[in-house]
Amino acid sequence: MSELRLERHGAIAVLLFDQPHQPVNILTETTLSELQSKLAELEADASVAGVVIASSRPGMFLAGADISSFLQFPDKPSVIAKITEGNELFATIEQFPKPMVAAVDGPCLGGGTELILACHYVVASSSTRTRFGLPEVQLGLLPGLGGTVRFTERLGVSTALPYMLTGRPIFAKQARRHGIVDALHHQEGLLSAAITAAEQLAAGTLKKRPKKTALLTQALDSKLGSRIVFQQAEKETLAKTHGNFPAPIKIIEVVKAFVEGGRQAGFAASASGFAELLFTNEARALIHLFFAQTKAKRNPRANEARPVSTLGMIGAGLMGSGIAEVSVQQAGIDVLLKDIDVAGAYRGRASVAKSLGKKVGKQLTSFERDQLVERITPVNDFAAFERAEMVIEAVLEELELKQDTLAAIEALPGERVFATNTSAIPLREITANAKHKERVIGMHYFSPVPKMPLLEIVVSEHTAPWVLATAQEVGRRQGKTMIVVGDGPGFYTTRMIGMYVAETMLALRSGIDPLALDNALVQLGFPLGPLAMMDDVGLATGANIQVVLAELLSKRGYDSDNYANTLVQAGYTGRAAGKGFYRYENGKRKREIDPHVKTMLGLPAQTGGSAAEVARRILLLLINEAHRCLAEGILQHPSDGDVGAVFGFGFPPYFGGPFWYAKSLGHEAVVHELQALEAEFGHRFAPAPGLST
Amino acid sequence: MGYELLTEQAAGYTRENQGVPPSMNTNHTAVVASARVPFTRAGTAYKRFVAYDLARSALAGVKAASEVDSRAVEQIVFGTVMQNVQNANVARDAAIGAGFSQHTPAHTVTMACISANRAIADINMAIRSGAITAGVAGGTEMLGDIPPTFSRAVRAKFFESRGYKTPQQWLGFLSGIKAKDLLPGAPAIAEFTTGETMGESADRLAAKFGITREQQDAYALRSHTMAAEAQAAGHLATDIVPFADERGNLTTQDTGIRTDSSMEKLAKLRPAFVKPFGTVTAGNASPLTDGAAAVLLMNEAHAKANGHPVLGRIVDSLFVAQDPGDELLLGPAYAVPRLLARNNLALSDIAVIEIHEAFAGQVLAVFAALESEQFMTSRDLGGAVQVDMDRVNRWGGSVSLGHPFGATGARLVSFALSRLAHEGGQYALVTACAAGGLGHAMLLERTS
Repeated sequence: MSELRLERHGAIAVLLFDQPHQPVNILTETTLSELQSKLAELEADASVAGVVIASSRPGMFLAGADISSFLQFPDKPSVIAKITEGNELFATIEQFPKPMVAAVDGPCLGGGTELILACHYVVASSSTRTRFGLPEVQLGLLPGLGGTVRFTERLGVSTALPYMLTGRPIFAKQARRHGIVDALHHQEGLLSAAITAAEQLAAGTLKKRPKKTALLTQALDSKLGSRIVFQQAEKETLAKTHGNFPAPIKIIEVVKAFVEGGRQAGFAASASGFAELLFTNEARALIHLFFAQTKAKRNPRANEARPVSTLGMIGAGLMGSGIAEVSVQQAGIDVLLKDIDVAGAYRGRASVAKSLGKKVGKQLTSFERDQLVERITPVNDFAAFERAEMVIEAVLEELELKQDTLAAIEALPGERVFATNTSAIPLREITANAKHKERVIGMHYFSPVPKMPLLEIVVSEHTAPWVLATAQEVGRRQGKTMIVVGDGPGFYTTRMIGMYVAETMLALRSGIDPLALDNALVQLGFPLGPLAMMDDVGLATGANIQVVLAELLSKRGYDSDNYANTLVQAGYTGRAAGKGFYRYENGKRKREIDPHVKTMLGLPAQTGGSAAEVARRILLLLINEAHRCLAEGILQHPSDGDVGAVFGFGFPPYFGGPFWYAKSLGHEAVVHELQALEAEFGHRFAPAPGLST
Repeated sequence: MGYELLTEQAAGYTRENQGVPPSMNTNHTAVVASARVPFTRAGTAYKRFVAYDLARSALAGVKAASEVDSRAVEQIVFGTVMQNVQNANVARDAAIGAGFSQHTPAHTVTMACISANRAIADINMAIRSGAITAGVAGGTEMLGDIPPTFSRAVRAKFFESRGYKTPQQWLGFLSGIKAKDLLPGAPAIAEFTTGETMGESADRLAAKFGITREQQDAYALRSHTMAAEAQAAGHLATDIVPFADERGNLTTQDTGIRTDSSMEKLAKLRPAFVKPFGTVTAGNASPLTDGAAAVLLMNEAHAKANGHPVLGRIVDSLFVAQDPGDELLLGPAYAVPRLLARNNLALSDIAVIEIHEAFAGQVLAVFAALESEQFMTSRDLGGAVQVDMDRVNRWGGSVSLGHPFGATGARLVSFALSRLAHEGGQYALVTACAAGGLGHAMLLERTS
């Protein structure tokens, strides 16, 4: 099937990406080879004065290159050969004897950005959907189609590198400032503007505007200056990634090869660099996560979902107002907000206004913020919830309170989904006295809700299919990455965190230095060490998790001492209080463990032992526990376990999640390692059923 | 009052109270007189005056032209957009100043570029309902006198400073204020809800309907050519009240009309809003203008009985509202077919069309919409209709004559009736778009 359509507008030929069968436009082999043959025709055709490259789909230029096809290549030379072909095509575009103009509306990422950088002139729509960028690094790769060279040429080393190292998107206005885009135009007239540009370029009446560069930037982009930029970038990258991610380092290396050796060296380095990265475990893990997350953002049961236009939200604290925010902003659902009293609900709404206010000027106008805030109605009692098709409760984690809340909602006329935002209490306990267990589901959000992508949806044996479908639809509309898990103490993520922390405490009591252990886990790739994480979550929550998980933890052989509760009793409730495991000054963590904490928890004064070994042990413990969850039916798919671990508690993403990592190590090797740990530390390391078979 | 409800009905809403159909009402509104001060480029002839002065002049003019006993005028409504704080109710201040009775209530309305249309519609309804027998409606605008704005922080300080008792307190005035807050700003003609300027929106609208730069320039040239011809023929002077400044300099005619314009000159202008490939330029957009206009409306039977001339009858009018983002200036494409349909008229029955020219591209986009089967059927507006350009704005329009926001509606009504008298025919149509996605259409009839 053809993926490129040719239209003629007078002397200008318009090539339109045309992939109606795909959810987004991507740069496939078919597109590239069609582009090549069409360009040859247009070059020979004397009646063609210029070419415009655009998309037949409004709001969608090119989302990137076709990653899955790259995964099929058997070895590096075949990848390099393919990339070289692509480079030659882009060189053809760059050197095309007639004006080559790109008309961009919507995402233009990765291969898309690389393509338009080879064009002679770029007109982009001023729409908020229009964005450029080189996100390859997020997949453990680098921009292979000449992006490292042309992007660096266009922006200068000091500006280009941070974009390539983070994969951050560049919106239309910013792209114009950076010279990626030559002119902005409204979406309605984009194509005719691009045609006009091509005509004027052909007639010689339009010249590209020279870019103005600040003196400091010029200095940084000089040969000498860029050496400093590279050094600094390398240092910062290593500090951030702890050497766990090869892609950013490779990107710096490739850009350096270009700056020092010229264009050809740059193209060659990026082709081989791309091929090298493609076969790394890290890239494969990150690509796996990308596909798993894409899947987790969809609702496979959409047709069973019942419509939700109004959400009843109980609890207007950080969690409740966060859920209210994504409901109005992302999902377009009206929210009735209830708290202990109506003043609390108004405060909750004010906090949404404040949070949305931070996006004003970027994603939102102040007027749009006003409209969104007005979609939240503070209410005084449950009667107002009669028109809500779904109610989410985020009250305190107290069983009786949750049961009473459920009863109050069940007393309302009509049928609606009741979702509990508990992080650990099993549904079977919350619904013990429920009349309609089938309408109850768990929707476990992560705080702060607008920032944290994960939503853990918990189903009990009673939960009706339409209830699950409806919850998933709401989660999808809220932009969440969803995993569906079974009922049980702590479900999946909280259970894993419980184990993570329990093993940490055990290690501390055996004399491992707390600071060293936190550092070792950060070194391994966790965003925070377990103690810092506990402080952030709040130790009261930690104490509660220990209570809910008590039975499981004791079964695994951990002692029953609720250390978190000990700290809470003494007022060490975590970051919000300014003291937990760590001390905080003005909200900043001090890099030392409070000595009182050590005393309270009975930690040995003398420390010793290898923190790195403990970190590895914790990693294995988590992998094992995840496989137990799968065996017990808490997890239905390994990919849910991977997505939940990475987005739920920061499992190192370059491992691809506990299941992907176990698979990439080989189950045999994992079992071997676990058995050794079991011999030394006890039966909690006994390999889970799914691993040992 | 009931008429407005019909608009919503046409938009697919149903209401129990459908209003009184125009045909069943025995009160008719007659336009008895009109007057306006010349429309001038903003900040030129009237630069020592304020909008109140222009309103006063137009009101005095309509009073003089009609020789009406001012005590018989029971209500005065004036439209304005850029308000002066000292004349917040400019209608009242100007009415007393112009010599109308102190006992005639007057109020000011604002509905962007259709403020005067709103004023006229309000007086019309008051007469139709029997509440009043005669009233004056119109509008005033001084776009050369847009009040500067200060940041909210500085305004709060000004308020606070009212309580200052010692000079020392003034020293604290600047604390907590950033230097840039102190600079007064000029409010942009941008849509509050979308942040988009009207010019950008017009550029988009023209592109959406495939209106080219050449077509827009040609329309602009037509506007100037026809206005110049009409001015030379004396058509524009019929209801003009000359305006004299304090030195005795007299302004007697509209000053925005260009007699030296050409397609070549227009083609040289750079896009004013969307650069560099936009199609709306200063040449094909209505310029910032100062001016005021008024009409005297009266119960038709009363007018006839008391020997007042009847220039024409207001048959019906309606207002519409669209998405300010996508269809900011497309109101007439909705208002016209709905107004005609509920009066059982076709566009071909209309002899005279007076459409407000915010931008040449906007007028052409409205016509393209009316002529598009796809647009009209998808919006449930009936089928496509053909626009006969020979009936449109034959004496020029806002692109050439200028557009004092609050006043244009009264000029349109006056032009429509004058043209009807001059060109012949029974019905005239006035239509206009306005910021906020608002639109208006009014049906006028020449009765014998």
